[in-house]
Amino acid sequence: MATLDSKIPSGPLADKWRKHKVDSKLVNPANKRKYEVIVVGAGLAGSSAASSLADMGYKVKCFVFHDSPRRAHSIAAQGGINAAKNYQNDGDSVYRLFYDTIKGGDYRAREANVHRLAEVSANIIDQCVAQGVPFAREYGGLLANRSFGGAQVSRTFYARGQTGQQLLLGAYSALSRTVGQGLVELHTNSEMLDLVVVNGHAKGVIIRDLITGAITRHTADAVILATGGYGNVFNLSTYARQSNATAIWRAYKRGACMANPCYTQIHPTCIPVSGDYQSKLTLMSESLRNDGRIWAPKKKEDAKKDPTTIPEADRDYFLERIYPSFGNLCPRDVASRAAKRMCDEGRGAGETGLGVYLDFSDAIKRLGENGVRERYGNLFDIYHEITAESAYKQPMRIYPAVHYTMGGLWVDYNLMSNVPGLFVLGEANFSDHGANRLGASALMQGLADGYFVIPYTVGDYLAGQKPGSRPAADSTEFKAAEENVSAMSKRFLTTKGKQTVGQFHKRLGKIMWDHCGMARTKEGLEAALQKLPALREEFHATVNVPGSGDTLNQSLEQAGRVADFIELGELMCRDALTREESCGGHFREEHQFADGECKRDDEKFGHVAAWEFQGVGKTPVRNVEALNYEFVKMSVRNYK
Amino acid sequence: MVAATTSSTISVTLRVWRQAGPKALGQFKDYAAKDLNSNMSFLEMLDVVNDELTLKGEEPIAFAHDCREGICGTCSLTINGKPHGPGKGIATCQTYMRSFHDGDIIVVEPFRAAAFPLIKDLVVDRTSFDKIMQAGGFITARAGSAPEANAAPVPKGDSDLAMDAAQCIGCGACVAACKNASAMLFVSAKVGHLGLLPQGQAERDRRVLAMVHTMDEEGFGNCTNQYECSAACPKTISHDFIARMNRDYLGATLRSAFKPEAASSGGGA
Amino acid sequence: MNLVGSLFGSSIGRKIVMAVTGVILIGFVVGHLVGNLQIFQHPDHLNGYAQFLHQLGPLLWVARIGLIVAVVLHIWAATVLTLENKKARGSDYGFKHTIQATLASRAMRWTGFVVLAFLIYHLAHFTLGLVQTETFKETAPLNHYSMTKDYRVAGFTVVTAGADVANVYNMVVLGFQNKVVSLFYIISVGLLSLHLLHGFDSLFQSLGLRNAKWSALLHKAALVLCLVYFLGNLAIPGAVLAGKLQPHAAKVAPAVQR
Repeated sequence: MATLDSKIPSGPLADKWRKHKVDSKLVNPANKRKYEVIVVGAGLAGSSAASSLADMGYKVKCFVFHDSPRRAHSIAAQGGINAAKNYQNDGDSVYRLFYDTIKGGDYRAREANVHRLAEVSANIIDQCVAQGVPFAREYGGLLANRSFGGAQVSRTFYARGQTGQQLLLGAYSALSRTVGQGLVELHTNSEMLDLVVVNGHAKGVIIRDLITGAITRHTADAVILATGGYGNVFNLSTYARQSNATAIWRAYKRGACMANPCYTQIHPTCIPVSGDYQSKLTLMSESLRNDGRIWAPKKKEDAKKDPTTIPEADRDYFLERIYPSFGNLCPRDVASRAAKRMCDEGRGAGETGLGVYLDFSDAIKRLGENGVRERYGNLFDIYHEITAESAYKQPMRIYPAVHYTMGGLWVDYNLMSNVPGLFVLGEANFSDHGANRLGASALMQGLADGYFVIPYTVGDYLAGQKPGSRPAADSTEFKAAEENVSAMSKRFLTTKGKQTVGQFHKRLGKIMWDHCGMARTKEGLEAALQKLPALREEFHATVNVPGSGDTLNQSLEQAGRVADFIELGELMCRDALTREESCGGHFREEHQFADGECKRDDEKFGHVAAWEFQGVGKTPVRNVEALNYEFVKMSVRNYK
Repeated sequence: MVAATTSSTISVTLRVWRQAGPKALGQFKDYAAKDLNSNMSFLEMLDVVNDELTLKGEEPIAFAHDCREGICGTCSLTINGKPHGPGKGIATCQTYMRSFHDGDIIVVEPFRAAAFPLIKDLVVDRTSFDKIMQAGGFITARAGSAPEANAAPVPKGDSDLAMDAAQCIGCGACVAACKNASAMLFVSAKVGHLGLLPQGQAERDRRVLAMVHTMDEEGFGNCTNQYECSAACPKTISHDFIARMNRDYLGATLRSAFKPEAASSGGGA
Repeated sequence: MNLVGSLFGSSIGRKIVMAVTGVILIGFVVGHLVGNLQIFQHPDHLNGYAQFLHQLGPLLWVARIGLIVAVVLHIWAATVLTLENKKARGSDYGFKHTIQATLASRAMRWTGFVVLAFLIYHLAHFTLGLVQTETFKETAPLNHYSMTKDYRVAGFTVVTAGADVANVYNMVVLGFQNKVVSLFYIISVGLLSLHLLHGFDSLFQSLGLRNAKWSALLHKAALVLCLVYFLGNLAIPGAVLAGKLQPHAAKVAPAVQR
């Protein structure tokens, strides 16, 4: 059993972080250059961590599998970033942001972590503006804000619909500066394929160069993983095609615990799947629900009809019907599940029957076509590009899609996993969003972790490590890890079976979406736990990976990632099966109120489930970290 | 209104550049892509072709891609001679098969430029862009040292214009489209973005001189003001930023030639 | 980097050299045309003007050297940039496609070459007298002209009536009576106009003086300039070929009076 000590500082909530910073050990400036830190991933969390640590004086090596750090998927976030600046004078405060995030996470996040996040949120905006992030401004030249779901104040900072892009490019510019100054050694096209643990501490990684195939060992005094989420387990998601769980999964297999893997966020307004060739789902901003009305045909036989010919009387505005007070603006998870139910009843729109309508005809009547264009023109353009349909002339078709994973590697208050020396930042960890993430909070967390948390907590760990005590790259552990990686590649390349990696990924995605998607049941999850081990075995026996290991081989890269996804999918199902309650993004049909809302069981499940690897095909150990709510009362999440 | 929910089916011939490695000899090879749903994206079509190739025991076509929503800048195909394909203001991944007709022969090539050496098939190495950024594409602001965000107001017009430039996704289509493989649009977008903001002024001269110097060193060509770059740009970034950079460069050159420098820059900390 | 290094050693610097020399050369060709259009006035004008330029002496050489330097730098920059650009492009596309680049911009190198060839012939013809020499011979009776009136520049008399000057007027008319020469001239100034069309627009970009707000106006101005320039240049050989301009043999002063 792993020991899960959250290391939450004592004292009043608002003083914990300040106190912890004072209590943390420091590394003397002259000694900092003697420590090497490896950062894997260069999205918001990775780039900001690498540049900050380099600026402090540590020797930093940064590894990214992309051809440039600027490609990381943080770039795709649209809406914005929250910060408790209270520029709108509308009653925002650190406490309110903390409270909204805790409540939004359905009381499954750690109070102390979330409060720290809210505290540093204001510094993030300062930092980004100083770097030149062109946030939206008012005519007076001051920063503009907009409101976002789950909050009653206007605290979201944004840069058109490309906030993630601008924040990532800001962090990338800081990383580029430190690379240019020789403070960071940047390795692009370099995928981490194993974590090396020596005497119980993370002391290095094994890297495969994706261009030459060379497998190399890299030693360090600490390893930081900032490799993002694992939503591509579902194959179809709003994630980038290459987003993967390999780094965190290989760390899991080296002893790091995986916490709450079943917490996945499904976003209600995405463009539906058009065919089985599909590789990617595209998000349509949640803001559309402010003026669009969601409906499905009342009669099954209307489902395939041109929606504009269906008379008003035959339309079921189901969100307005089921949730009269919140209507189309009900929370993400509720809207998603309602849409799914309509489609399950056979009333889904489009060729596939998996879609509902998001109709702007009333808004066009009210605001005029130009009024709607002013508000949503760019989104309507994206929709038109993808579907060739004009949402001005006919309703949009939308369907929920996997968007974010709240679960991840378990970390303590220092963002260190249960493997000492292994730190996990951003979406890759589990700590701040509980069972559901609020909009505009992912960007906040990534940058908070990298700029303002890890610079303090890494020092605290390194101060306990003797300078120069890194193991040599030819030690047994490194050799064994490298051999493990080489053997895996070789096995994939020599199997020469009858199915492509992509075909397996599709099959995995279908199992996960059907059984561990928006609504989960005991039977479904048990069925998935039968299917997934079989799929895993079939994969290893019959996968076809063409080409060789010593050149660019995208099939080989993908093979390793899909192999990990299959194993991770199994763990997600196991976690979902064990968590006999509904909370946030985890909805068990057995546990709901009459109105379809999540029914939590704080008594039995007011805790973090952190799974510990025992071997492939073996049941992992479920460790528990109790969530002690000292300052907020766990209550039924209610947006009505 | 004809809804595209009803899809049509087309078949095309792909004429794809195949090259096993940087030093290998490349050539075009034809592949039949049959019965494609017109709602497929171009990259999804390549996924399908690649699955077929794999099952036939051939090596799939290597191509770069990631987000598939036009923002990461990874995808980089030249389709029928135009970087990112026939559409305007979109990336390769936002190109759909409905832009083509049944029976078309589609020529697919990598982004070609000496500063983007080919890695394999349709994948090129755009590290040169990173090097330019490392030389000066930043405002130095260490974490912890930033002043209050609203301390310096930025005129909305400047901020919006900076955002126009900042939208660059670093894909390299400008270089690929330019007959001289010039990176002027890419570099000028960053110089323009940071130079328009008050917080970017301290390093303004240094930035433009260093970035242009590195751009030249990396072997990009020169601008002949034809503006193919902005026409191919998936974010339709204006070549006005090139003019702005030229002006900045001239100003920085004159200032650095005539401005006195302190006898010592060290000391203090 | 020092000033010279930045201007001559960098890509943008060389483009600035190109633009600045371009400005000088545009100024020259436009001024040259305006001067030459005096041919449509009494021969006193063109001949007086030519005499005035000759009288400038050292100043004329300063201008000439300036122009030569501008031409050399313009060609140097073009050559270096072209070579670098070839190298930067590396391999070419199998499928060639142009999105929107104008014909004028794509033909710069070729129009430049023809203009250079024309320039050499033009100098050999009218300045150095190395070709079509029969129209220039010192002894040719048509080659001398006696001013009938004062020629004034900015109110000052620079050539007085009765002065014996070179008969540039006749030289031009006789030169253009050769149809091949006229045709070459017309084609060349046509291509030069095309060269200017892109060059004029482009120099504003290279010097950083252009943006979308007024680029449409700039483009129109370039179009008008080039069209007027072409028509103005077309007018001279055109009028000669049409017989509208004839040598002024009657008013030749006797050579002995010099």
